[in-house]
Amino acid sequence: MSLRVLGVTSFLALGLIGGTASAVALSEAAGRYAISANGSSIRFVIGKAGGGGLNGAFGRFSGSISIDGGDIGRSKVDITIYPDSVGTGQGRVDAFLKSDAVFDAANSRQITFRSTSVQRTGDNSAVVTGQLTARGRTSTEKFQAELHGLKNGQLRFHVSGKVLRSRYGMDVGTPIYSNIVDFEMNFAARRA
Amino acid sequence: MLRNTTTRYGWAAIVLHWLIGLIFIGQFVLGWAMVRIASQRTSFELIQLHKSFGFLLLGLVLIRIGWRLGNASPGLPEEVGAMERRAAPSVHLALYAAQLVVPLSGWALVSVSVLEIPSMPFNLFVMPNLPLGVSEQAENFWIFSHKWLAYAAIALVVLHILAAFRHHFWLRDVVLVRMISPFVANRAGKPE
Repeated sequence: MSLRVLGVTSFLALGLIGGTASAVALSEAAGRYAISANGSSIRFVIGKAGGGGLNGAFGRFSGSISIDGGDIGRSKVDITIYPDSVGTGQGRVDAFLKSDAVFDAANSRQITFRSTSVQRTGDNSAVVTGQLTARGRTSTEKFQAELHGLKNGQLRFHVSGKVLRSRYGMDVGTPIYSNIVDFEMNFAARRA
Repeated sequence: MLRNTTTRYGWAAIVLHWLIGLIFIGQFVLGWAMVRIASQRTSFELIQLHKSFGFLLLGLVLIRIGWRLGNASPGLPEEVGAMERRAAPSVHLALYAAQLVVPLSGWALVSVSVLEIPSMPFNLFVMPNLPLGVSEQAENFWIFSHKWLAYAAIALVVLHILAAFRHHFWLRDVVLVRMISPFVANRAGKPE
């Protein structure tokens, strides 16, 4: 159930009409959530010269989401990705991505994202800004997050964003492969 | 001085000969090294460089074949023995075939590779793949073919170099020097 739906439900329950709907919904969603592997995915695409792209996904990751009911801007998102779990469906590409050519997974076991600000952009959407750290390099990145529902204490988010891999010393193969990595992520998070 | 005559080579044939020879030997060394290097990143970059020079080589070889077909060819000096006179055209034909087939087999290899890495010679443009089916088996076949054609070709190149040295140091004729300067011609020439 989306925040909008929750908001409408709240209007009916409280008999209120007005701009407080989202705030009511938000207060219901407020709390700390742990991202569960079941129902979550982190996928990426890197465009290729001449068309098409390299599709991949991370199999292992963890994280938490804290929603501040009073002030969405004080909400927090922490995600840790284990690059050793990268998969593209082609073993040799996976080995290449895990090697020192890209992730250097043997020496740099985690990619982390720590939010620094959450800016609400709509009833169900927000821009999450934070520090992304990979291979020892940290850079500020922005992701668009959309709340897809809250049901039985489980939040469902869709998050998308573009990351320049050159910022993290992973620019191997440019311009044959685009410098831009398109992320599409779905998160299912249970109330912790 | 640009065109060949029946007694000497012109600048075009001389420049194409040395340029192609240099790239061909360089490609052999690069091809050997790029698959043995430990760093996956360096290996990837060297493979792309090898592909770039391979396409350049193919282009130059096509120009060279066109030039050869549209030009006179200086004959061997009169002092060259009958057996070598008979063998030389076959070796030269084999050398031309090698110049064409080795880069073409490399192009076939990248076209059928399951890695589907686009070819972008010197990062300038996308070279389309040959219309061949992508499969692991086809890739293994063309890896084998490209590698052994290259070894056979380099054996021919060594034979060619040894023959040139024999002419220069042993027989003391103009066969090597006329491929360095268009000012050097056979004393009496017969077309090959």
